[in-house]
Amino acid sequence: MTTQRTHIMVCGGTGCVSADSLEIVEKFKGALSDAGYSDEVGVIKTGCFGFCGQGPIVKIHPDNVFYVKVSPDDVAEIVGEHIIKGRTVQRLLYQEPETQKKLPKHDEMSFYKKQYRIALRNCGLINPEDINEYIAFNGYEALGKALTEYTPDKVIEIMKASGLRGRGGGGFSTGLKWELTRKTVSDQKYVICNADEGDPGAFMDRSILEGDPHSVLEAMALAGYAIGAQEGIIYIRAEYPLAIKRLEVAIAQAREYGLLGKQIFETNFSFDIKIKLGAGAFVCGEETALIHSVEGNRGEPTKKPPYPAVEGYNRKPTVVNNVETLANVAPIILKGAEWFSSIGTEKSKGTKVFALAGKVNNVGLVEVPMGTTLREIIYDIGGGIIGGKKFKAVQTGGPSGGVITTLDLDTPIDYESLRAIGSMMGSGGMIVMDEDDCMVNIAKFYLEFTQDESCGKCTPCRLGTKRMFEILDKITKGEGTMDDITKLRTLGKTVKESALCGLGQTAPNPILSTLEYFYDEYLAHIQDKRCPAGACKALAKYKIIEEKCIGCTACARVCPVSCISGAPKQKHVIDEEKCIACGACYTACKFQAVLRP
Amino acid sequence: MKMLSIRINDIPLQVPEGTTILDAAKAVNVKIPTLCHMNLKDFGIVNQSASCRVCVVEVEGRAPLAPACSELCTDGMVIRTDNLRAISARRTAVELLLSNHPFDCLLCPKNLECELQALAQELGIREIRYAGEKMDHPKDTSSYALVKDPNKCVMCRRCETMCNTVQTCGILSAVNRGFNVFVGPAFNLDMVDTSCTFCGQCVAVCPTAALTEVNNTDKVWDHLADPKKHVVVQVAPAVRVAIGEEFGMDPGTITTGKLVSALRALHFDAIFDTDFGADLTIMEEASELIHRIQNGGVLPMLTSCCPAWVKFFEHQFPDMLDIPSTCKSPQIMLGAIIKTYYAEKMGLKPEDIVVVSVMPCLAKKAEAARPELTKDDNNNVDIVITTRELALMLKEAGVNFAGLPESQFDHLLGESTGASVIFGTTGGVIEAAVRTAYDWITGETLEKVDFQQLRGLEGIRSATVKVGDMNLRIGIAHGLGNARKLLEDIRDGISQFDAIEIMACPGGCIGGGGQPYHHGDMDIIKKRQAAIYQEDRGKVLRKSHDNPYIKQLYDEYLGKPNSHKAHELLHTHYIPKEKI
Repeated sequence: MTTQRTHIMVCGGTGCVSADSLEIVEKFKGALSDAGYSDEVGVIKTGCFGFCGQGPIVKIHPDNVFYVKVSPDDVAEIVGEHIIKGRTVQRLLYQEPETQKKLPKHDEMSFYKKQYRIALRNCGLINPEDINEYIAFNGYEALGKALTEYTPDKVIEIMKASGLRGRGGGGFSTGLKWELTRKTVSDQKYVICNADEGDPGAFMDRSILEGDPHSVLEAMALAGYAIGAQEGIIYIRAEYPLAIKRLEVAIAQAREYGLLGKQIFETNFSFDIKIKLGAGAFVCGEETALIHSVEGNRGEPTKKPPYPAVEGYNRKPTVVNNVETLANVAPIILKGAEWFSSIGTEKSKGTKVFALAGKVNNVGLVEVPMGTTLREIIYDIGGGIIGGKKFKAVQTGGPSGGVITTLDLDTPIDYESLRAIGSMMGSGGMIVMDEDDCMVNIAKFYLEFTQDESCGKCTPCRLGTKRMFEILDKITKGEGTMDDITKLRTLGKTVKESALCGLGQTAPNPILSTLEYFYDEYLAHIQDKRCPAGACKALAKYKIIEEKCIGCTACARVCPVSCISGAPKQKHVIDEEKCIACGACYTACKFQAVLRP
Repeated sequence: MKMLSIRINDIPLQVPEGTTILDAAKAVNVKIPTLCHMNLKDFGIVNQSASCRVCVVEVEGRAPLAPACSELCTDGMVIRTDNLRAISARRTAVELLLSNHPFDCLLCPKNLECELQALAQELGIREIRYAGEKMDHPKDTSSYALVKDPNKCVMCRRCETMCNTVQTCGILSAVNRGFNVFVGPAFNLDMVDTSCTFCGQCVAVCPTAALTEVNNTDKVWDHLADPKKHVVVQVAPAVRVAIGEEFGMDPGTITTGKLVSALRALHFDAIFDTDFGADLTIMEEASELIHRIQNGGVLPMLTSCCPAWVKFFEHQFPDMLDIPSTCKSPQIMLGAIIKTYYAEKMGLKPEDIVVVSVMPCLAKKAEAARPELTKDDNNNVDIVITTRELALMLKEAGVNFAGLPESQFDHLLGESTGASVIFGTTGGVIEAAVRTAYDWITGETLEKVDFQQLRGLEGIRSATVKVGDMNLRIGIAHGLGNARKLLEDIRDGISQFDAIEIMACPGGCIGGGGQPYHHGDMDIIKKRQAAIYQEDRGKVLRKSHDNPYIKQLYDEYLGKPNSHKAHELLHTHYIPKEKI
């Protein structure tokens, strides 16, 4: 790092970039230059800080002051007050929702307090486009250590002992995967990084690649050394342009430094990495489909066995690891298996990154030790439900997962316990839902996604997800019958048991779990033609409660389709035929006289 | 070989390592229904997409069900195919397929030949619980040969295996995804705009009517009913050993005499034999080969009877168009002779003659429509129907095929030799050519005309035949993927052959895309082949140049083989085409 006294670290993650953080960077540079501070104060565009709901984020180092929701217009004030005069800009500090206290330091915020960052260790800390900064934080030390001190078998032994399991969803032991690939005899082997992150709302892999690309490159080289591969491929969706650019920069820099290429660290180990862009099909996250796509074929799964460890890319043994999994590798090699396995639960070691979204106060990326409870994530880190509404459920595992209710909020998160309650770890999507969310509608949302993303190869997934979606659509329109429930159950079970790949096998989970925990909501839709959450437009019937209405006309004035009639100071009435269920009357009424469906 | 102990429905058995659950079950008489699965064993053609999930079974200790067609047995495996869990999953898979299938079975070209229909019957499906939207894609009727109806596609991918793995044409693959997926050319191009050879192997294996032939039977009926038209029919050699299957006769039954009677029952004005065209082809092709050998011409020479093969090399090897023989195929040669020589002899105007070909093949339909073969209206074939289409016409006309008496082809263009009969199988064309070339090169009369070394069903075969003091090096390939290998060797300059015979379809014309559906039973192809050789053995004359009517044709009309007149009528040229 340079000898500048202060660094202004501006988040360059996708969320903040889309909220003008790049303009903020430029403004800082201009303002510093105008003030004559360019030499002593640097501006660094970092990776994602994780606290996306509060972005754009600007952190001043080493003062450890964390500014949130910064706009380009705030730059002059930060430079003038903080940089020049040394005074913290109070109005840009984060205010804890519960205590209403302004907190300048990120480690004091409840959002960060319970987090433990291994995979995200450098995100928001370093400039991802400068290899020197990665190296300054022990980057490539693990690779150097492994190449010079450890045999490949020793590396595998450490990985196995660490207990690291695949973070992409499957949860297979990484060390074991490497060992199986190492054991397959072949003239050529490959390491593939699965960066085809596709769960709706998930962006942890993207953030790691954008914020700390070298951590993935280093891990791929380590995997290559362990299994005996000289070639690595990063399969990344073309929709991640920033991550691709940063990977390209990182690969070029690593080659320049001799950390990729021939005879790394003057050993006999050579390894290089290329990038393969994917078209963004969800199914290409499934490893056999991914491999076919890398080969230039249609991204479609094939039956396993053979597993990629035996026959993968170009029919050669191939390790396919997900980004987050790889981001854990270098710290494990450096700090040892014992350190890593001391974190987490008995069968799930280390940490897991979640993309916390939905109806929580603190939306963003969180990395917590395995075994943290959902309650801690939602209420402590997430700051509870927005607007103090009632928590209804949390959905984990994306389209492959299920919903978890209040009953299981104290479940410690690990692969097995999530599965036991009908959901799964998945790649780490976590969507919090409140009383306004309709569970039938949620299931329909996920089925719409999976039936659209199904490659169409096998019958249960191609047609089963389509039919299940159609049934859910029918129910949300108030046209469902009790027979539809039976159909959803049997179809869901069959698709789960007989689909060809993981996409199809898990596609019914959102239905099966909502059927289990929210059966009454299905019944309400079918028998009472009512959506208790008021989310299903076709079923939403607003009514005015006569006793409460004072005839203020507020509702009639806001109704966009003029379907509320009634003279001033008289009881008002909603014409259900004309009502479009927009809810404007409900919001406008100050007397709680509008009954929401 | 390592043996594995397994149990299927409580039946203990031992199977060799590498056995699928499906094959293991067969061994103990347990039937597991299948749909996408296809294993054309001796031909080495396997479709194992494991995609239809109709064959799923329960494997103890495992949560998901396993596809029996592709899941290999492991030691100690305990399998149940007969419990409700497995049965219900299989039934659901079929119901789902049916829920997205047009219910036009009564009008469907595959009615009673459809494997999905058979499966629904076999599983006793009487109700489809999961109704919903059905696919609605337009039919592709762009080509002269085949019709593609995506709405009947069940995504078994058998056609893809044939097109891509076996024929290496690479035309068919999945288009779109999810519910909208079906098999078609890239970017859903029209078939006619692709490098499709129209070999019809996709049609031969399609379990439903997603791929069928273009039906020309109405056109034939119309011409037969037109008193102003003189409708001539010709029948390819492979038809006579297969059409009986359509009428419940055993595969491999030779039905030549009944076939002629049947055509007569349809009131064709003249019934000729494409075998005559095949004899004529040998006259020209053997002459061309000898000319090339004796004058330092381009070798190897490749046969050109198979129109799918011709289109294949035009698209795939456009730089090598000087290698194939310039001979037209037997059907086109005969068409030309009918509209010239025959017309003159009969005092008919060529424009009043309609030539109908009955072929085991779909590519022949496209061949008859090639611009360079139709530019002269009096020099061509008008309509091509397949073996299956002829069977349809006969059924429609109420002809009791199996009960018909035997009768003879009409004179002049109806006589043929054994050499022309074997054109119907892989190895046959080149054997016929050798029989004639031998006599012509050596000036002797070949006594033993059976060249066993050229026969069989190996994909690529080679043999050296001693012809006088010369060793004629012969290569044979059937299946376009095998042909590609030979072509690549020629391009790389490492070919060892003087003459190569190529047929696009596995087995040759007997396995053509227009033949009665084999439904995966390759023994049928073997029986047809045996029948072809049996027919050859039964012939008095077994060399093309011994055919007296061929001699007469040259004496009266063509002069000598490869003469100017022969070239005008019987030879063609090839056009480089794009690979799409």
